[in-house]
Amino acid sequence: MDFGPHLLLASLEGAVTAAILALTAMGLSIVFGVMRVVNVAHGEFYMLGAVIAWWVTSLVGGHPAIGFVLALGIAPLVVGLMAAAADKLILQKINYDPDRTIVATIGLMYIIQQTTLMTFGPDARPVQPPFNTRLALPWFEYGESGFAMVWPWGLSITSYKLFVIVAAVAILTTLWLVITRSKIGLIMRATQLDSETAQAFGVPVDRVYMWVFGLGAGLAAVGAVLVVPIQQAHYLMGHDPLLLAFITVIIGGLGSLPGTIIAAILIGMSDGVISVFFSPTLAKIIATLVVAMVLAFRPQGLLGRSVH
Amino acid sequence: MLEINDIQVAYGRVQALFGVSLTAKPGEILCILGRNGAGKTTIMKSIMGLLPLMSGSIHLDGEEISALPAHKIPTRRVGYVPQGRRLFSELTVAENIEMGMMTCKSDEDTRDWVLDIFPRLRERLQQQASTLSGGEQQMLATARALCLRPKVLLLDEPTEGLQPSMIEQIRQVVVRMRDDGVAVILVEQRVDAVLSIADQVAFIEHGQTREMLAAAELRADPQKIHQYLGV
Repeated sequence: MDFGPHLLLASLEGAVTAAILALTAMGLSIVFGVMRVVNVAHGEFYMLGAVIAWWVTSLVGGHPAIGFVLALGIAPLVVGLMAAAADKLILQKINYDPDRTIVATIGLMYIIQQTTLMTFGPDARPVQPPFNTRLALPWFEYGESGFAMVWPWGLSITSYKLFVIVAAVAILTTLWLVITRSKIGLIMRATQLDSETAQAFGVPVDRVYMWVFGLGAGLAAVGAVLVVPIQQAHYLMGHDPLLLAFITVIIGGLGSLPGTIIAAILIGMSDGVISVFFSPTLAKIIATLVVAMVLAFRPQGLLGRSVH
Repeated sequence: MLEINDIQVAYGRVQALFGVSLTAKPGEILCILGRNGAGKTTIMKSIMGLLPLMSGSIHLDGEEISALPAHKIPTRRVGYVPQGRRLFSELTVAENIEMGMMTCKSDEDTRDWVLDIFPRLRERLQQQASTLSGGEQQMLATARALCLRPKVLLLDEPTEGLQPSMIEQIRQVVVRMRDDGVAVILVEQRVDAVLSIADQVAFIEHGQTREMLAAAELRADPQKIHQYLGV
């Protein structure tokens, strides 16, 4: 394949990675932004989403689409409720003290991971995509008769991968509208800016924190349900998304939602392109290096504000 | 009527109030005076339930509000204008007002009423709160508290850093609320800014109420001001 078509293919793969990453990182970013909690267990909530998706689809017979749609509804809900419970039972009890919160979420990470290993087992298990047609993509070449459309061999994407991109965009747009336009969003933003004053105006801050933590975990789970027909469910699958989500949130600017989206696109796309042309490991190395540079030269991230 | 009965309060392990008792009556302005660090702001935060009481109690019209969770206290129509204004800085003027409107689920008339008191804010509804001038920010902080249609209004150094014309406007609003039957509690450093409008004055020293007296007495005999504030 020539360079042009190859790059298009890599960019499409990158766009899929970016879409999933944007969902996962957005969960982490909202939790950090509103609660100032660094949730180390975020990757495990992602993994739980995938495992629950496998569990739901394997219980439901019939067309794969039925199981998938159910999983897309159930998995984020269950994971969100579990996270909200973890917030109430653990994080609220330690008063969101930053050091203890990190230790507590590390503990939570191992509990979730090992419980999954004991119940779900060490195998990677696939989930059937609801639809998966191969779509060949055209390319333009300058030949003897001027510009012509060609169909290079191997230049294709599946309809499911396109769906992942569209679904992620739709979910993030909805989330954006909720945060900027609704009363719930207003309460979240006010709590983020000044939780004490919010409380003095009747905001039940504890309850807001609990549901924000649930929402963050639920977003990771949505990303996982979307990815599991491409990647398979496995009890250790939360590591890479956690690392990439942290990188994204730091580069985008801690707590800045638009920054998180921009960073997710940058990192997802470069991850896709570098993985296709070189190696996935190099992609991670470069992303981590960029974080080091950002922390050194622009610690507040792309769109973050310096701490006041 | 708001009754504070011998409260003791600490920030973590550091005790700040060692027995404060105050009474704020409807239609009166209670002015709390004291030096820096005497515990004036701590009293305000304690009323709002933002700091836990070690002992003592706070009652509003017979209900023990100090037994309520903090977020329920403002729903009893206790409006708070914190020190340093504490606006939701990145939200717009309209959104800041909306936060006050949501507390007691106030109706649309209340929004109009508040914006009629501060017409400057009506012109700036879509502006981000942090871009307002100091005086406008104070107006917004006051407006946000008035959205609760308060029975009790707490103002913590509302004139801090404002120019005289703004101080006068804020004073007029405070007097108007008093005349409407609101119990006003005012914390001030600057005696001259409040003595003329106060009905009752409480002196706080080292986290304790030293003395409560009618403002008229104090105006007649300013000796106590020197005694407690050293000015």
